[in-house]
Amino acid sequence: MNFLWPILIIISFIISLLSGNIDNVNNSIFSSVSDVINLTLTLIGNMCLWCGLIKIIQETKLMKIIKKALQPILNWLYPEARSNKKAMENISINMVSNILGIGNAATPAGIKAMQELQEQNTNKEELSNSMLTLIVLNTTSLQLIPTTIIAIRSSLGSAEPTNIIFPIWISTIVGTLVGVTGVKILCNIRKNKNIKK
Amino acid sequence: MIKFSAIIIPAIIAIIVLFGLVEKKKVYDLFCEGAKEGIGIAISMFPTLIGIFLAIGMLRNSGTLDFIANIFSPIISKINAPSEIVPLALIKPISGSASMALATDLMTKFGTETRIGMIAATIMGASETTFYVIAVYMGAVKAKKSRGVIIPAILADIASIVTAICIIK
Repeated sequence: MNFLWPILIIISFIISLLSGNIDNVNNSIFSSVSDVINLTLTLIGNMCLWCGLIKIIQETKLMKIIKKALQPILNWLYPEARSNKKAMENISINMVSNILGIGNAATPAGIKAMQELQEQNTNKEELSNSMLTLIVLNTTSLQLIPTTIIAIRSSLGSAEPTNIIFPIWISTIVGTLVGVTGVKILCNIRKNKNIKK
Repeated sequence: MIKFSAIIIPAIIAIIVLFGLVEKKKVYDLFCEGAKEGIGIAISMFPTLIGIFLAIGMLRNSGTLDFIANIFSPIISKINAPSEIVPLALIKPISGSASMALATDLMTKFGTETRIGMIAATIMGASETTFYVIAVYMGAVKAKKSRGVIIPAILADIASIVTAICIIK
């Protein structure tokens, strides 16, 4: 981010000068601040709601059921985090929420998982392998029922709004496979580097 | 299907509460205890979000994306894909709200069942807003080195967009 962030700002500034969009850019600075205020307010609400529900899940058998169902795939995806019980619980909830299409629940669980993985992380300055995997899986977000897009299609008068499900599945699965492969390669590159050192 | 999507969240909440009741837990106390954590998490993300929204707002309004889209469009039309999709593909990883507006626009203009409309909907449904997810998750642990996590994330985005264009004829 220390690399990307300044590049975005400086390129945007130069191009807006050249293309005469500097007025829009100026306005965007003020609106981005108010956008974040609005977003944070909804975020606080959603975070509290789902953190509360997640707490109930963790105290009941529901947690064991979810964990058992996801165990094989999670052990393969997050080999280093196997012993981190709390993190694994939150990762399981994060995955189930993504699949069910409740992004509002996926984010709080994902963030709690990140914080628990960080406690176990040997180098706090750097993301661990498990964190890399968690982030990439959340950007591709495998979803069983894409509710938002179905709702939009039906509001635009689509005769068969659910026709979109199948193409979305194929597209997400390909994306997820590429993402997971990429992240596994990334983890291995670092492993080899450490051995050489 | 629309009715089903309205049922899913209330049903999940009811099931969670029911599990707690069956096991004789103090569900309301547990809920409040967990909810308390939510405030701290959301507030701690605020600085990261300001930073990311500032840069993305500037990028979106500067005309940089149109500039890139103009370069890519001829290449895209040569491989027999609609060039109208290019701006959406570029903005999708960056801004959720902007890409949603653009996709809705494409679906209204060309129709939901047309090739462009279907590709736009697939792109919207197939992935999350990559930059936002990375910013929020990295902000949560305040790690400085990302180890290039953006590379597999962007490759995944490209793969799912290319797949969408290939499977919808």
